[in-house]
Amino acid sequence: MGMDFLPDKPIYQQLIERITGDIIRGTCQPGEKLPSVREYAMEAGVNANTMQRVYKELEQMKITETKRGQGSFVTSDIERIDELRDEMKEQLVQSFIQNIEALGFSTSEMMDYLQKRGGQDD
Amino acid sequence: MIELKNISKKYGGRQALQNVTLTIPQGKIIGLVGENGSGKTTLLKLMAGLLTPDEGKATYGGSPITRRIAEHIAYMPDTDLFYPYFTVQQLFDFYASQFDDFDVVKAKEIAQFLNISLDAKMKHLSKGNRGRVKIAVTLGREASYYLLDEPFSGLDPMVRADIAKGLIRFTDIERQTVIMTTHEIREMEPLLDEMVVLKGGQMIASESVDEIRDVYGMDATSWMMSLFRE
Repeated sequence: MGMDFLPDKPIYQQLIERITGDIIRGTCQPGEKLPSVREYAMEAGVNANTMQRVYKELEQMKITETKRGQGSFVTSDIERIDELRDEMKEQLVQSFIQNIEALGFSTSEMMDYLQKRGGQDD
Repeated sequence: MIELKNISKKYGGRQALQNVTLTIPQGKIIGLVGENGSGKTTLLKLMAGLLTPDEGKATYGGSPITRRIAEHIAYMPDTDLFYPYFTVQQLFDFYASQFDDFDVVKAKEIAQFLNISLDAKMKHLSKGNRGRVKIAVTLGREASYYLLDEPFSGLDPMVRADIAKGLIRFTDIERQTVIMTTHEIREMEPLLDEMVVLKGGQMIASESVDEIRDVYGMDATSWMMSLFRE
């Protein structure tokens, strides 16, 4: 049924993260039209009220904009999307730092390792 | 709005519901959960006007709930109550003759969405397809409240997903309310706004699903299990 959700976070938050993830990844382009609340709710297998909340919060975060009578669109404001990318980098780095500190690694040790490791892909 | 105030109901010597007070707001999907025999179906039937409380008051829009509430409420029982020799089309016609708010066009649209042939006879349909027909005739009504008793039980995952999608597609949450009893909490949680938990005929909790995750940091299933361990 629909999408899978993690148990410890409200579903609307996970949907917001999913949509912002699509925007950062570029699978969802600036200015692109989003499905209607009901279409998206059906696709995700969630309540329309939940989807409504997702769209409302995305709009408040200026990630999307609603055009009267036309629906919701991803913002065309490239600066806002760059900001979003930075916010996401910050989040990733914070959780990375938390993880390495929990194991007693220092950030400089990890930075040395990252540089030595180079651009290996695995 | 449906309001239940200090409702109690006994079957013979057995207390089915005890002192339940509950307000059902409009525009929500509400899950009624609890063990077998906890009073879920009794509560649903009281709201549908199929049972009267022994004590307490059940009202709809301020007036006491009677059998006449069927005009505003579409109740879907967990049993099959269809004439086996009816075709789906004949069943729709029968519903149209019984309920003023039954919209044949909408019912056919739902049938098409769920891949049910209108010419099929009820007795020739699989259990899964009977489940689909049941939801089609129920949502085919333009009711203010849909009361669904175990809409998913005993059905395979494809049918469950279809019924869930039908619920999202064919109800208008801005003016309609869905109350359903279910045991498939993990699967249905994304569909729900709120959960009402019954235990031994008493309401032990009523909470929004977002709040459960936000405040308790767990999903609805773990939350419910924690309630039962207390």
